[in-house]
Amino acid sequence: MRGRLAPGRIGRALAAPAIAIVVSLLLAGVVLRLTGWNPWSVYGYMLSQGVRPESLIRVVNLATPYYISALAVAIGFQMALFNIGVEGQYRLAAVCAAGFGSAVALPAPLHVTAILLVAIAVGALWALIPAVLKVWRGVSEVISTILLNTVAIGLAAYLLVNYFREKLPGVNTTSTKLLPRSAWFPSLSGLVRALGIDLPAGTDLFGFVLVALALGVAYHVVLTRTRFGFNLRASGINPWAARASGVDANAMVLRTMVISGALAGLVGMTALLSDKHLFGDDFPVQLGFTGIGVALLGRNHPVGMALGALLFGFLDATGPLLQFQGISKQIVLIMQGVLVLSVVIAYEVVRRASERAVEEQAATPAVPAEPAEVRA
Amino acid sequence: MTTAEPPLVTPAAEAPPGTVYGLRWVALFGGGLFLLICSVRVITGAPAFTASGTIRTGLELTVPILLAALGALYSERAGVINIGLEGMMILGTWCGAWAGIEYGIWWGILFGIVGGALGGLLHGVATVSFGVDHIVSGVAINILALGLTQFLANVTFARMPGGGPTQSPTVPGTIPRLSLPVLSSGPDLLGGLERQRWFLVSDLAGVLRGLTSQVSVLTIVAVALVPLSVVLLWQTRFGLRLRSCGENPWAGETLGVNVPRHKYAGVVISGALAGLGGAYLVVVAGSNYQEGQTAGRGFLGLAAMIFGNWLPGGAAAGSALFGYVDALRLRDAVAVHGLLLLATFALAVIVLLQLRRGNTRAAIGAGVGGAVFLVWFLATAILPSQFLVFTPHVVTLLVLTFLAQRLRPPAADGQPYRPGEQR
Repeated sequence: MRGRLAPGRIGRALAAPAIAIVVSLLLAGVVLRLTGWNPWSVYGYMLSQGVRPESLIRVVNLATPYYISALAVAIGFQMALFNIGVEGQYRLAAVCAAGFGSAVALPAPLHVTAILLVAIAVGALWALIPAVLKVWRGVSEVISTILLNTVAIGLAAYLLVNYFREKLPGVNTTSTKLLPRSAWFPSLSGLVRALGIDLPAGTDLFGFVLVALALGVAYHVVLTRTRFGFNLRASGINPWAARASGVDANAMVLRTMVISGALAGLVGMTALLSDKHLFGDDFPVQLGFTGIGVALLGRNHPVGMALGALLFGFLDATGPLLQFQGISKQIVLIMQGVLVLSVVIAYEVVRRASERAVEEQAATPAVPAEPAEVRA
Repeated sequence: MTTAEPPLVTPAAEAPPGTVYGLRWVALFGGGLFLLICSVRVITGAPAFTASGTIRTGLELTVPILLAALGALYSERAGVINIGLEGMMILGTWCGAWAGIEYGIWWGILFGIVGGALGGLLHGVATVSFGVDHIVSGVAINILALGLTQFLANVTFARMPGGGPTQSPTVPGTIPRLSLPVLSSGPDLLGGLERQRWFLVSDLAGVLRGLTSQVSVLTIVAVALVPLSVVLLWQTRFGLRLRSCGENPWAGETLGVNVPRHKYAGVVISGALAGLGGAYLVVVAGSNYQEGQTAGRGFLGLAAMIFGNWLPGGAAAGSALFGYVDALRLRDAVAVHGLLLLATFALAVIVLLQLRRGNTRAAIGAGVGGAVFLVWFLATAILPSQFLVFTPHVVTLLVLTFLAQRLRPPAADGQPYRPGEQR
């Protein structure tokens, strides 16, 4: 086996995303052509708009929740545990955190911390349900998390309407109270301006980006430098061998699912603490499912997922700009969908190709076989 | 991936669904449930429980779930887990509405089927030909279908008069609706009986009238697909081969079954049924395409199929239960609250059954659950409607949790398979 950074290994890792990007550009190009647009000029326009400073800041802002969501999914993927329930976990966590945050008054750093802790706790507890069902009764986490998504979203709606909604006389509000300034996560815009980069008014670099980065680093450290991370990856690669070497499979499921849920609880915090500062009708949805896509795109690798999140963020940021040209912004949704589907197929193709290469290598003897001597 | 050893002897050797033994239990179970519902109707004084209107709405809400559930059945019986059903159903809604507006309502249905089938084909290409993990491929198809549909809706419906980026104009024309002569239309004998409010008699009349008046032809087709699937999967060579791919594809392969082809057939039929479900939402349950119209019904169909133990009749029962609860939610808040009492009664029956079997622990568990529901019923005046949205999901989770040992999914469901390779 060659080392981790051998060129062949990196090449193989990048081949699949590269294929996926080309396929998605081609297919979206066909769709654009069929609907009467020149794909190259559309892509050129997206690129030229996307590299402007305010667009880049939007890209990073949009990528932040995607990245956290991808991390939540990826930690489960490491041991072949599918947390499809990030969608429900973050929505329920966000509504509870928003309700809690608007109900208490605390000084600035404490307020933010307390809200984050509530979000983490709710996400983790909700994820504990499928974990317990899997360990205790052998219920597949795929099915239970899908079912619990609907339960969580319904519960979030119920809590919002009955408990957390801002109650104003005579008005039927459908959102929580705006959080006080003490619960706003500090913005990075001041820092960017201090670096001499001029930001147009109305653009804001979310401070929560730092949290996402820290989580990415923590994910990497836990996976590669701790016993838990080793056991996690061992359980994913060969559960039987891991069990034989003393890894408690049930404990791994419980721990991993709780960590995944805790991370999922933080997904909505970008919007709550850095952007909207309340939970209402326009609170972002689908972040959990998109996170699965980003995790697949980045192959559960902390850097790969960051690039995937930025790519998704870039598409999200430039899509709406296309409407000024009269092009349907949903073309970027097609690109995202094709990206995810083609990347999983491409990874499989690349894996099989390299498997074949290894087999052929093993089949061809290094030293030409000498003709067997016939002993009479 | 887990590589569980295939059991030497299949537990609960498969009797074809719908044997005499099974039918007797179904009749007993259905009759008991009906009796409970009638009692709750009388106690709570909410006629909606057995009103023909509720049943008719329930039937229409059942069909999309049922079609998705049958779709899930074909796919999983062929050994492919299909959580892309939701996406395939979404494809069905757009295709159905677009072709319905452009070429007429029946073309809409056909295109809905084709749209869903294409989604299924894609799932087949990824999982069967390329060996992608079934869950991963399903998630990807859901993401792709949602994006594609939103784009297509924007470039087509937004330019039509009366349409917009998130909804289409009304699909012209209607699918014919039939009523049973004399009983449900004309003299409407059942309707007359229903209005008397007699215990059991009027209830039965209400249910029968709901099932036989103003029923869309497409509903009849969907319901007919249930026995048809039993015959196709259990009485034909194709069905046997398809099921062999879900139970033990390696054994099937040695007997000359073309496993990939049958797996493809399973997922394409699965997608086609989900697509038909989407088209049904557009042309029968509604009148146009709306974004978010499927509202998780693809996933719910999957749940109904699991609830139904991977059998067509069970899937139909699960779908009907879910559709009925949904109809109650839409029609009557008092009846919704009465469901708590129904849960109490149902659990009381379970307590008695478990005690008779000498299963004390299960009886105590069910008794505690029943007490909780009774207190909940007595202490509150209404049950929040949000709770009913996820009642089917909770019920399925409970079934999975407590009846898991009775459930028997296909043995090789979701396992990777490559022709010529034992795993």
